[in-house]
Amino acid sequence: MSKLPYEVQTEPVTPLSILSPDGEIVDEALMPELTDEQLKEIMYRMVFTRTWDERAVNLGRQGRLGFYAPVSGQEASMIGSEYALNKDDFICPGYRDMPQIVWHGLPLYQAFLYSRGHQHGGQIPEDVHVLMPQIIIGAQILHATGVAMAFKKKGEKRVAITYTGDGGSSEGDFYEGMNFAGAFKLPVIYVVQNNGYAITTPYAKQTGALSVAHKAVAAGIRGVQVDGMDVLAVIKAVQEAAERGRNGEGATLIEMLTYRFRPHSMADDTTKYRTKDEEAEWSLKDPITRFAKFLEKKGLWTDEDTARVKEEAKATVNEHIKKAEQTEKMTVSGLIDSMFEHTPAHMEAQKADFQ
Amino acid sequence: MAQMNMKEAIRDAMRVELKNDPNVYVFGEDVGKVGGVFRATEGLQGEFGEDRVFDTPLAESAIAGMAVGMGIQGFRPVAEIQFVGFIYEAMDQMFIQAARMRYRSGGRYNSPIVFRTPFGGGVKAAELHTDSLEGLAIQTPGIKVIVPSNPYDAKGLLVAAIRDNDPVFFMEHLNLYHAFRQEVPEEAYTVEIGKANVVREGSDVTIIAYGLMVHTAVKAAEELEKNGVKAEVIDLRTLLPLDIETIVKSIQKTNRAIVVQEAQKTSGAAAEIIAQINEHAILHLEAPVLRVAGPDTVYPFAQIEDAWLPSPARIVKAVNQVLNF
Repeated sequence: MSKLPYEVQTEPVTPLSILSPDGEIVDEALMPELTDEQLKEIMYRMVFTRTWDERAVNLGRQGRLGFYAPVSGQEASMIGSEYALNKDDFICPGYRDMPQIVWHGLPLYQAFLYSRGHQHGGQIPEDVHVLMPQIIIGAQILHATGVAMAFKKKGEKRVAITYTGDGGSSEGDFYEGMNFAGAFKLPVIYVVQNNGYAITTPYAKQTGALSVAHKAVAAGIRGVQVDGMDVLAVIKAVQEAAERGRNGEGATLIEMLTYRFRPHSMADDTTKYRTKDEEAEWSLKDPITRFAKFLEKKGLWTDEDTARVKEEAKATVNEHIKKAEQTEKMTVSGLIDSMFEHTPAHMEAQKADFQ
Repeated sequence: MAQMNMKEAIRDAMRVELKNDPNVYVFGEDVGKVGGVFRATEGLQGEFGEDRVFDTPLAESAIAGMAVGMGIQGFRPVAEIQFVGFIYEAMDQMFIQAARMRYRSGGRYNSPIVFRTPFGGGVKAAELHTDSLEGLAIQTPGIKVIVPSNPYDAKGLLVAAIRDNDPVFFMEHLNLYHAFRQEVPEEAYTVEIGKANVVREGSDVTIIAYGLMVHTAVKAAEELEKNGVKAEVIDLRTLLPLDIETIVKSIQKTNRAIVVQEAQKTSGAAAEIIAQINEHAILHLEAPVLRVAGPDTVYPFAQIEDAWLPSPARIVKAVNQVLNF
């Protein structure tokens, strides 16, 4: 049955894809401009991040890290989207988005300190433009909207980018943020890493929308869907969105279809809600394997390179976890002094209980 | 000096700070062209332009959250939440995101934001327009809470709040917007955040109040005076930080006190004030400190407001109780 004239028309969307699962270029015209060195750097970061993730999971089990949300499987969407930004673009991450802010400049030991609840973790260096990961799902979407408002008012050619998941796209703040960005035409990129599950709740139970990307329509901003296991497609989509933002063309919602290979957190058990078949199917789309195949064909990467990067990553993680562990512990009086610029008298008096 | 009512004084505070500091931005629902539903920002868009003073879409969480994002980029947002009940929609952004920005970033970022909202009963407004929600805010670490009672204080406190590098919840009593005029300097000045004001001196009992209740307390003090009771009235002006020093000093003189609040009785500002009196001045007390407050019900908008709100008669009764203890 055809749609009525007064009915909103929408069509299904096909995700942007540049690399096939066996590493062949699907559409040469879509290839982002990247030098061989840049392609190798992207691979380096993805392999490094996966090794760091493996180590972090173990460190978590040993009690050497606090809350940690694993990232394996999502390297293309995380590393690619950050790589497409300028150094002075601003990142407002969700709780799983530690890789983006580390590759944007946050020292790794500070990421570990944040996980361990140490305030020094959040003391972002002056020239690094990020917030710490947000715990309240979706709250960061509004911060990115405000940062973009600031860029626009200052006339700076910078964009803000923020991340959430398929679950986060159901939050009120998600809609409010996109709606503000549409109304004010703000230079902001809303990334939804749709990994199929909000902890255990499957995407099918999350929304009746045709896709997450379609939610952009109601906000009057651009919506696109990307194969989130294809790092080149991710880079292409974020470059386009950033370009539009810098040119005053407004905000973009990018839905990245991806999968987390590991549990939601260290306290989660995927066997309760995912099938082995499904996991096996997604592992064939592994973003690192796919990109490695592409690079190998170009003669840019070998298994030895992967082995070398893994060793390097392990050594770096060890060095940084040691540095985190050796950082002087916080004190309650220091904590009290961190609440306001000038500690009020009643809080000054509260220090006496902790001396 | 000009004669201003409290609303005009509040508008003037924003005007002088918009002028003094290019990083000050005023926004919220309907604050632009018409100057807000209560006209507290009237004329500001005309004077400073749509860039500095602007309407937002209707979404309180986004208004507050955008302020947080602008705050970490060096701006000083003055965000209006149109009616007090609507802060429930913005609570995460106000009381979590803004309030813990300094903590989360170990001081790297802060939230120099003022969240202004009208509140307070007795004006026959709609449901959830007139509740007293300061108790929710004072239990939140990292945000200051200011409730002015007159035009002079309102301007000076709002200027101080805008200049403060931490978030401030600035509550404007609806019943005071047009209640009376006062001499208010036209230039910028500040009233120190965290300093109470003794508005009426007395030696027999201390009545501690804030917002509209300061005036109700003064009326009660005038009644008491007729019977020879000299009541001292303290206007707190700021609930967090609380000026316990001024309270203790007064109690050392009067040895008796009551606290008046418009909010529901249980666990509110008055309860906290009494706890601190207990900690700092128990040996100076000759009677328990009583509370005059609303009952623990939903605020009954429009219908029985006058019966529900603390009245001079209820304050007089409570004072007599502590005097005769």
